[in-house]
Amino acid sequence: MRVYLVLVYVFLYAPIALIVGGSFNAGKQAMIWQGFSLEWYGKAFSNPLITEALGTSLYIALATAAISSVLGLMAALGLERVKGWLRTFFDALIYIAIMVPGIVIGISTLIAFVSIFELVNPALTATFNIRLQMGSWAVIAAHVLFNIAVVALLVRARLQGMDRSLVEASEDLYATPFGTFRQIVLPLLAPAVLAGFLLAFTFSFEDFIIAYFVAGPDVTLPIYVFSSIRRGVTPEINAVGTVVLVTSLLLLVIAQLILQRGNQARVRADG
Amino acid sequence: MQDYRHSRWITAALLAPAGVFFVFLLILPLVVVLVYSFGARAPAGGYEAAFTFDNYLNLPARGKAFFNTLTLAPLGTLLTAIAAFPVAYILALKTDPKWRVTLLVLIMAPFWTSQLLRYYAWIMLLGSKGIPSWLAYIGIADLRIINTPTAVLIGAVYGFLPLMVPPIYVSLEKLDKRLLEASADLGATPLRTFFQVTLPLALPGVATGSMLVFILLMGDYILPQYLGGGKVFFIGNALVDLFLQSRNWPYGAAVSVALVLIMFLTISLYMRFILSRTDKRRAALV
Repeated sequence: MRVYLVLVYVFLYAPIALIVGGSFNAGKQAMIWQGFSLEWYGKAFSNPLITEALGTSLYIALATAAISSVLGLMAALGLERVKGWLRTFFDALIYIAIMVPGIVIGISTLIAFVSIFELVNPALTATFNIRLQMGSWAVIAAHVLFNIAVVALLVRARLQGMDRSLVEASEDLYATPFGTFRQIVLPLLAPAVLAGFLLAFTFSFEDFIIAYFVAGPDVTLPIYVFSSIRRGVTPEINAVGTVVLVTSLLLLVIAQLILQRGNQARVRADG
Repeated sequence: MQDYRHSRWITAALLAPAGVFFVFLLILPLVVVLVYSFGARAPAGGYEAAFTFDNYLNLPARGKAFFNTLTLAPLGTLLTAIAAFPVAYILALKTDPKWRVTLLVLIMAPFWTSQLLRYYAWIMLLGSKGIPSWLAYIGIADLRIINTPTAVLIGAVYGFLPLMVPPIYVSLEKLDKRLLEASADLGATPLRTFFQVTLPLALPGVATGSMLVFILLMGDYILPQYLGGGKVFFIGNALVDLFLQSRNWPYGAAVSVALVLIMFLTISLYMRFILSRTDKRRAALV
């Protein structure tokens, strides 16, 4: 059994070792080691195309994560308050948003927006001299759509496990509705919202296919990586990949520590 | 207080933003795709208003993409589940609790590196200078893996193992260990305990993980693009070609509609099957 586990980790990490190894390799050939070098890191971070793509991706991912955690939380709280057809309708929308493949989301967003632009652009150009076109904002819109559904599902699962008597106690003690929300409901839902935020950020930062369709002239990091792999990859890309990996592992550890602290605080409060 | 709880305005304000997103970015675009799928290709590419079933009648022209997707996506999901189950089992039941979370995070961590770069690394590992050349040393010569269905399946297991292990792990960890002891005390062999107690109780986790992986595989583009190298292509590759290269939007719309319909159909059948299985199981236990 141990052997199987070890083999699985080797299987998972062999390609990553190749990426990280390539970033420190003095030569350009991926499978031939020619000595240690940090050259590619310097080149990557002085390449304006790479830093710009990295900036665009960070901006899109942060905006997506922030907007979808707020709207997803609101939707989950709203859904708690409704029954009947409206609830069924929203549930159906959430499942459709999750089930429709990313590539179809990309295509449908592209052709719907382009059709709308064709209708309104002549008038807009004539009166205000502006033209609407695809770009980062369209990527954010399409990512938010999917991630609202994810956050809403996570928050709802947490709401179902929540102790209702806490809310009632707070109300009995004459807390204002907003006070109850801020002091009782929000802290209880925080882990689900944080998990949703991180998932949305990761999804958005990593997404290639939706952005490929709707980013227009803007270049995200995955789009840059895709085109440089097509042209023949340079180890600069490996350097960026390594930095992203190390950063996200660090963030993961920090998030884990925050969650653990939260749990300990709660255990202390309960005891 | 009662006013607040039952205020329709607050409910509406909470639901409105998500509702706007769903209607204008999901339903409306999907309706546009549906309308386009009955249209005709404009001479310069793009869309021209028309009402014709030609696009749907032409679907068999991309039959190979449908065939590959509909065979390799379920097969890839199954192989991923088979590879993931022992990992989740060992982590949940046979590992020191101190190390469990760390080892689980290490399974999920690859997901945080660029998917494009990881599959690109597999192109090198499976290419003629990679694993096949090492196998040649031990006498297995002329093995070609890259750009075959096998390469795509290896890539599927590799790419989706990090997503499949956690749900199975969660369902195994929640499992009441006393049931396993009871089964052993009643004289069941370990194998019988596994098939009659452990596996059925872990089924919800396997079902969740499989659904997630299946959805992602059905619409995948990068995996078949990189490891199938244009020889083993999925519906996703056909869609990129139709929308971005040959610019036959109406036909691409028809392919998208077909893909979404197939997914809804298989997923609802699958859900029904899983639900009936768990209901029967519950009825038998009661």
